Amino acid sequence: MTQTQTAPKPADPSPNDEALRAEHVVKRFGALTALRDVNLRLGKGEVLGLIGDNGAGKSTLIKILCGYHKPDAGRIFVFGEETTLRGVDHARSLGIDTVYQDLALINELSVYHNMFLNREVVRWPLLNNRIMRRRAQEHLADMGVNIPDVTVEVAKLSGGQRQAIAVARSVYSDAKILLLDEPLAAMGAKEGALILDLVSDLKQRGDVSVIIIAHNYAQVLPVCDRVNLLQHGEITLDKPTSETSAEELTELVVAEYRAARRNRLSG
Amino acid sequence: MSDAIDLTAETGARSSPSAPSPAPPRPSWRTAVESLRGAGDWFLQQREASVLLVAIGLMLYFYSRQEIFFEQSNLVNIAQATGPTAIVAVGIVLLLINGEIDLSAGVVAALVPFLFYFAVTDYAIPVIPALILSLVIAAGFGFVNGFVVTYFRVPSFVATLGSFFAIRGIMLIISDAYPQPIPEEAKGSVQSWLGQGKWSSLIWALIIVAIFHVVLTQTRWGLHTVSVGGNLVGATEAGIKAHRIKIGNFMIASTLGGFAGLLEAFRINTIDPNIGGGTGLIFFAIAAAVIGGTALAGGSGTVIGALLGALVLAELQNGFNLIGYNQNTIFLITGIAILVSMIANQYLSRLRRAGRT
Repeated sequence: MTQTQTAPKPADPSPNDEALRAEHVVKRFGALTALRDVNLRLGKGEVLGLIGDNGAGKSTLIKILCGYHKPDAGRIFVFGEETTLRGVDHARSLGIDTVYQDLALINELSVYHNMFLNREVVRWPLLNNRIMRRRAQEHLADMGVNIPDVTVEVAKLSGGQRQAIAVARSVYSDAKILLLDEPLAAMGAKEGALILDLVSDLKQRGDVSVIIIAHNYAQVLPVCDRVNLLQHGEITLDKPTSETSAEELTELVVAEYRAARRNRLSG
Repeated sequence: MSDAIDLTAETGARSSPSAPSPAPPRPSWRTAVESLRGAGDWFLQQREASVLLVAIGLMLYFYSRQEIFFEQSNLVNIAQATGPTAIVAVGIVLLLINGEIDLSAGVVAALVPFLFYFAVTDYAIPVIPALILSLVIAAGFGFVNGFVVTYFRVPSFVATLGSFFAIRGIMLIISDAYPQPIPEEAKGSVQSWLGQGKWSSLIWALIIVAIFHVVLTQTRWGLHTVSVGGNLVGATEAGIKAHRIKIGNFMIASTLGGFAGLLEAFRINTIDPNIGGGTGLIFFAIAAAVIGGTALAGGSGTVIGALLGALVLAELQNGFNLIGYNQNTIFLITGIAILVSMIANQYLSRLRRAGRT
């Protein structure tokens, strides 16, 4: 963890060490403007913490960056090249993989089929279940996740185990850019540490860039190089982790709430 | 997590003072009983187990009432009633797993033999290409169903109710509501292979069930079909193109409907506007799928179960007929039997879920 405390590289505008960039991204759902004007930059090998209150637009932003939603305006650059993401498949082919807040697991399928969902190992025309089973077992063991039997239905697992499977699926997909939307939400302290260790391992390898959304700032800050605060559909703070603290971030989010409350009461 | 559970179980066993430390050797009859019970557990965990038991039970019951039940001519009757229903039910199972339904597959069964007939007689297309062409058109109706459901977001119950009437209308218009004979060109080996042979429709049903059982359990298409029905949002998030899967399954259901219609036409040796009996075929197919253990909620289902469900329905019709009930009573009995076997199915599947897995 000492590594995470060293000051990160300052945001370098040269596109060569840039993984992902969003410029003036806007997203509306009918009358609701979820994202007003988002500018965000993710460096190669960087871990970016994205925080903000409920309803600030964090998940919407993630779903735009992974190709699930199309932005109404703005530009997206993947590894320095302007790209229009045509869908999740397209984003995946560019190396962007996502752990969604709802985990995107299929309850009716086994653990290993979920881990290879839409990336199945096929010996045409049939699935190669033997290889998928073995690899799923290996990946989960590597991660330190204890799931005795990868052939059980995902429906039978605990919340933490399900989350671990969703994270393992993305981490072992050879993604270059990982988007993690609340990967710790359903996890206990031990499982949470497991995921965070995994993120720091990825960071040490240096070839994977990560955006991680979390509510528990104290828990994720140690693995982040930089933090962005998203409020009302805009990035309102962009600081290296070393220049901020969980207290300051909490204070910012709460202050906003208090100001709104004051306005309501006085108005 | 599970290791925590393991720990408590272990310590519990250790702290219990009465636990005999070395397990005494078990008498061999007991291990035999245990392995039998294990086999029984495995059997009951198979989704098709309950409906298979119902099918066998009905056979034994009808045989005890009427020995004629197991005579070859009667078995042919049962086979010929099972085949077309099972074939249509396979498509219905795929759609039910997707969380959709197709009410129009049964009238496609009436339309496709006419398409084939006019292709051969009016357009002088050779028999085999004409068969393929008529099935491709059936697939086209399935595509329209799927397109309306996925792109216009019309619930499939309503969309295919509409196409049910529309396709029936098309069939009555092009046929003038008159039956036609089987074209001379198709008589002979084609006709006997495709329905006229005693066991032909059952053999086709077995082939189709075997193929789609493999498709459903061993291919990406099957996995994605389950995914789209089990968690539509999650499957889409994983990059699965849900619309394509659904449209594809609508096309399969419609094509199988058309194929069942061709088998029926060749069997009765007439191309009849009443093939499929209006709603009869599709309702039996849906009942077969559901009796077979496919839930309407989506996400799970079995085509082997649907075949057994079709067999149960055919047995009920045939058996009570042999015993001497008239057709009106058989309707009532069939209805009650569907309800009873579904209640039994629900009960057994609850046991299975709670079971010692």
